[in-house]
Amino acid sequence: MSAARPQMTQRWQRRVLDFLRSCVSTPFNALLTAAVVALAFWALPGLIHWLLLDAVWSGTSVKDCVGHDGACWIFLRAHAGQLIYGSYPEGQRWRLVAAAVVGLATIAAAGASTRRVGILSTGAMLLAGSIAIGILMVGGVAGLPYVATSLWGGILLTIVIAAWTIVTAPPLGLLLALARQSELPIVSAIAGAFIDTLRGLPLVGLLFLVIVMFPLFVPRGFETDKLMRALLAFTLFNAANFAEVFRGALQAIHRSQIEGGYSLGLPRWRVTALIVVPQVISVSIPGVINICIAIVKETTIVLILGLFDFVGVLQAGIADPDWLASQSVRTTAYVFAALVFWPICFTLSRIGLAIERRQPMTSGSSGASLVN
Amino acid sequence: MRGGRTGLAIQLVVLFGAALLVAGIAHNVSTNLARLGIKTGFWFLSRPAGFDISQTLIPYSDDSTYFAVFVIALLNTLLVSFLSIALGTALGFVIALARSSANGLVAAAGTLYVETFRNIPLLIQLLFWYFAAMQALPAPRTSFHLGSLIFLNDRGLFIPTLQFGHAFEPMAGAIVAGLALSVLLAAKARRWWAILPCILLPLAAGVYYRADIVWSVPQLQGFNFHGGVTVLPELLALTVGLSMYSASFIAEIIRGGIQAVSHGQIDAAKSLGLTRWQTSRLIVIPLALRVIVPPLGAYYVVVLKNSSLGTAIAYPDLILVFAGTVLNQTAQPIEVMTMTLLTYLALGYAFSLATSAVNRQVRQ
Repeated sequence: MSAARPQMTQRWQRRVLDFLRSCVSTPFNALLTAAVVALAFWALPGLIHWLLLDAVWSGTSVKDCVGHDGACWIFLRAHAGQLIYGSYPEGQRWRLVAAAVVGLATIAAAGASTRRVGILSTGAMLLAGSIAIGILMVGGVAGLPYVATSLWGGILLTIVIAAWTIVTAPPLGLLLALARQSELPIVSAIAGAFIDTLRGLPLVGLLFLVIVMFPLFVPRGFETDKLMRALLAFTLFNAANFAEVFRGALQAIHRSQIEGGYSLGLPRWRVTALIVVPQVISVSIPGVINICIAIVKETTIVLILGLFDFVGVLQAGIADPDWLASQSVRTTAYVFAALVFWPICFTLSRIGLAIERRQPMTSGSSGASLVN
Repeated sequence: MRGGRTGLAIQLVVLFGAALLVAGIAHNVSTNLARLGIKTGFWFLSRPAGFDISQTLIPYSDDSTYFAVFVIALLNTLLVSFLSIALGTALGFVIALARSSANGLVAAAGTLYVETFRNIPLLIQLLFWYFAAMQALPAPRTSFHLGSLIFLNDRGLFIPTLQFGHAFEPMAGAIVAGLALSVLLAAKARRWWAILPCILLPLAAGVYYRADIVWSVPQLQGFNFHGGVTVLPELLALTVGLSMYSASFIAEIIRGGIQAVSHGQIDAAKSLGLTRWQTSRLIVIPLALRVIVPPLGAYYVVVLKNSSLGTAIAYPDLILVFAGTVLNQTAQPIEVMTMTLLTYLALGYAFSLATSAVNRQVRQ
C-alpha cells in the first residue's frame, strides 16, 4: 500500500517527461511543437471568447445578439420547446416524457434479464415496451388524442429514427447475412443481390426512392406517411450494412464449432440458433457499434426530405424572420448541433474500441470502411 | 443438389415468394400509373428541359434536353467527388503522418482532428460551411485575395485559368492522352520518366497552338468578378466540408497501413545500410500500400455516395437536379429514379474495379 503511491507518481512523472522530451527530440520536432503551440494560442482564446465570454446569455430577441461577436445562446432558449418536442401539441408533451421513461425502463429490464430468462422473453419484453411507446406517442386509443407523425420533430424525432433503426435493422441484417452465407444457391443469390444493391446506393437516393416510389408500389390506400417511408428506407439500408458486419463475423467462426454441434446430434436450425448466432453477435459488437454511430449521424439526413428533426428545427429557426438579423445565430445553431452529436458519437466509438481491444478474436474488418 | 430435398423445397418457396413480391409490385405500379395517367418510356429525355442550372461543365442552354441535364448533373457529382477525394486524401495523409509522429504534441493534434471531424454528422458540417462560414465572407469589393490573382468572397472563389479559345479540343485531347500514356507507362515500366508524357504532350500542344491560349485572371467589374474560373459557394462549401470530413476517415486508413509494417522489416532495411528515405520508398510505402489500397478504394465509393448530401446546400448534383427537379417536371418517377440509382451503382462498381486493378499493381 505504502509503495503504491510513490510508484504511481513516478510513473506519471516519467510519462510527462517522455512526452515533453518527444516534443523537442530533434530540431524539426521542436519546430513542429512550436507551430502547434502557436496554433493553439491563436485559436483557443478566440474560441473561448466566442463560446463563453463574448456570448449572449440573457435576453429574448435577436436584438440582444446583433453587434455581438459571440455565440447567441438565447436563440436556443427561444426555440427550446421546438428543439426537444417539435410541433407536438403542448398539452400532450407529457406523453413523450412517459414514453422515454418506458423506453429506458424496458432497456434496463431487458439488459438485466438476458442472462436469466433467455432471448425469447427478452424479445417479448422489448416488443411490449415498443408497443407501449407507440401507443403513448401516436395515441388514438385509450383516451389519448391522436397526434399525426407530421407534428413530430426535434430531438424526439431524431431519437425515434435512431432507436427504430437500431432496433429493426440488426435482426433483418442477421437474417440477410445468414441467407447470403447459406448453402442454397438461390437464397444466397437473392440475399447477396439485395445487400449489394442497397449498399451501393447513397442513403439520400434511397430515401428519395422510397418517398417517391413507395406509393406506386402498394395498392391505393396503403401509402403510409412520410415518416414511415423514411423509417422503412433507414431499416433496409442499415440492414444491408449490418449484414456485411455479420458476414465478417460468420466467416470468422471456426468450422469445428458447427461440426461439433452436428456431432452432438443437433438439427441444423438449432446449430445456427444456439452455436452460430451467439458467437456472431459477440464477435461483431464493435462493427455493430460502428454502424450505430453512422445511424446516429445519418438521422440528420431526413432534413432533406422536409422532416423537422433536431437539425431541421434549427434550420427552420435560422430562417425565421425574427432571427435573421444576426450572423452569429447561424453559427450558434450549427455549433450547438455539433456539440449535441459529438459526445454521443465519441462515447459510442470509445465503447466500441474498448470492446474490440478486449476481444481475443477480432476479424480485422470491424466495419470501419462501412461507416460513412 | 446441395442442401438435399429440404433445401430444394426452401429455395422453391423463397423463389416463389420473391416472384410473388415482384409481380405484386409490378401490378400495383402499372395500375397506379394507369390511374395517374402516366405513360412510361424514356422519350422525355429528348425533350427540352428549359430550367437553369447554376453550374454547368459543358455548354447548356434553355433548349438543351433532359438528357443533357442528366449528363451535367452527373458531371457535377463526379467533379465534387474527385475534388473531395483528392483533397481529402492529401489532408488525410498529412494527418496520418501527424498521428504516427514521435512528437507527442503533434500526434495529439492529429487525434484531435480525427475525433472532432468524424464524430460530427457530415450534414451539420456542410450546413455550417455553407450557411454560416460562406455567408460570413466579405462582399466582392472587399474580397480576401492572394496577390491580385485569387479572390474569395460571398459569391465564391475566383481563380485564374488558361483559356484555350478554339484550341480547347486539341488541348483537352492532349491532356487526356498524356495522362493515359503516363498511367500506362507507370503501370508497365514503373520508372520516373513515366510522368513525362502528361507534361510534354500538353506542353507541345500548347506551344503549337500558342496564339490561342490566354491567361485569364479574375477582375472586379461592377459588383462581381469576371474572367478566370468561378468556384460557386455551393461547390466550395461541399468540397471543403466533404474533404475535411473524409480526411478524418482516410487518415485512419493510412495510419493503419503505416502501423501494419512490422518493425522487423524496417530494422532489416537499416541493417542493410539503407538510408531513411530509401527505407520509406522501398520498404515502408510498398508494404503499407498493400494494406491501405482496398479500404481506401472502398472509402472513395463512400465519398461519392456522401457527395449526394450536397442536395441540402443546393449543389446541383445528380440527386438535386435529376432525381429532384427533372422528376418533378416530367412526372416520370420510375425512369428517373432507375437512371439515378443505376448510375450510382455503376459508378461504385467502376470504382471497385479500379481499386482491384490498382491492388493487383501494388501486390506485384
